[in-house]
Amino acid sequence: MLDHYLPVLLFIIVGLAVGVGPIAIGFLLGEHRPDREKNSPYECGFEPFEDSRMKFDVRFYLVAILFIIFDLEIAFLFPWAIVLDKIGVVGLAAMGIFLLILVIGFIYEWKKGALEWE
Amino acid sequence: MFGLPEDLITVIWTLIKIVVIVAPLMLGVAYLTYAERKIIGYMQVRIGPNRVGPKGWLQPIADALKLMFKEIILPTGANKMLFVVAPVLSIAPALAAWAVIPFDDGLVLSNLDAGLLYILALTSVGVYGVIIAGWASNSKYAFLGALRSAAQVVSYEIAMGFALVGVLMAAGSLNLGDIVRAQEGGFLNWYWLPLFPLFIVYFLSGVAETNRAPFDVAEGESEIVAGFHVEYSGMTFAIFFLAEYANMILIAALASVLFLGGWLSPFAGVPLLGDMTAWVPGLFWLLMKMSIFLFFFLWFRATFPRYRYDQIMRLGWKAFLPVTIFWLFVEGIAIYAEIGPWFDGVLGA
Repeated sequence: MLDHYLPVLLFIIVGLAVGVGPIAIGFLLGEHRPDREKNSPYECGFEPFEDSRMKFDVRFYLVAILFIIFDLEIAFLFPWAIVLDKIGVVGLAAMGIFLLILVIGFIYEWKKGALEWE
Repeated sequence: MFGLPEDLITVIWTLIKIVVIVAPLMLGVAYLTYAERKIIGYMQVRIGPNRVGPKGWLQPIADALKLMFKEIILPTGANKMLFVVAPVLSIAPALAAWAVIPFDDGLVLSNLDAGLLYILALTSVGVYGVIIAGWASNSKYAFLGALRSAAQVVSYEIAMGFALVGVLMAAGSLNLGDIVRAQEGGFLNWYWLPLFPLFIVYFLSGVAETNRAPFDVAEGESEIVAGFHVEYSGMTFAIFFLAEYANMILIAALASVLFLGGWLSPFAGVPLLGDMTAWVPGLFWLLMKMSIFLFFFLWFRATFPRYRYDQIMRLGWKAFLPVTIFWLFVEGIAIYAEIGPWFDGVLGA
């Protein structure tokens, strides 16, 4: 059972190595001639006039929160879909009701304007 | 049992297999960039790269070599550590997901029973690379690009997740090999037909998930110059580039496995053609299906103008999400009614 996960672990390590290796090569082979202008943040030739970690739109938070709700829903649906042929009509109907509640919530947030980005 | 040596042999043998997957994949990524430039070139009545090597065939190699010798700039205001970690975080999941992709019947590195769950988890990690890059750069354009990209990716991940649930309901397994085997029996038994809306939503969400045109506001050259990787140069930039293309190939492979029967022949069950093409290895069919999807990625970029950000969010939340939820209801009824060759019914076949 666990033998299946060793290749996965090794593959993740190889994936990280494929990222680290070329960057290391780039640091070794590339030149290093930093100067003040080159290392300043790119802003179309201007001197940056305020910190770049500025205030941003609250809707990005809203999207993140809505994402959590729906992603959890998907996490619930995954195991349910696997055992679908064992839990029968009751299981099917139960998830139908569960999804229906979610849909009502979705309609509510839509009407409230949580999904508007104009 | 000799204890350690035997384990070591297993590890080395596995590493060899991983290299056998990663090396062609990297070559595929290199030549996907070449294909992109050539195909889009011809679509715009240009020739595309044709100077390096015969017909430009060595162009990707030359690009890689050039990027190796470029200076890696670390901006003064950047969080140096995170700045370098971000590209690594974005390529590692794009590659590691290949551990569970079945290339042919039984030809898979790790036959995980939780394969699809693993894929879902890893593709979610990819967005961290983008967020960290945007934050660590300490540049306004990078920050804006990262914000946009993060919100867009998580939005489309929901539609993608629901499409996956649709496949699971039909196949009854998280194992990608079993999902393909559940589609056996010919072209019409593949899930693209009963799950057609989910198939479309899955692929288009994949395009949005990889920040490709027409959903590439995260990069948006004409407004925020290059978005989250504006401060990156040389090899650090190249890694982001590799990750984007590796992700495209991954999405193409997943769409083929989940909806187009993976390694299965499209001619299976067809009277004459089925027998004539029975000798063709499954890997060939999988690669063909992936090529079609990859061509679509390039075609979209040549054809569609970039969406506005509000249009992207509207498409994700107000079009794709309701469609997928609706189709899950339809599929539930179809399973209850045991429709067609696809659904077994609730009490098992």
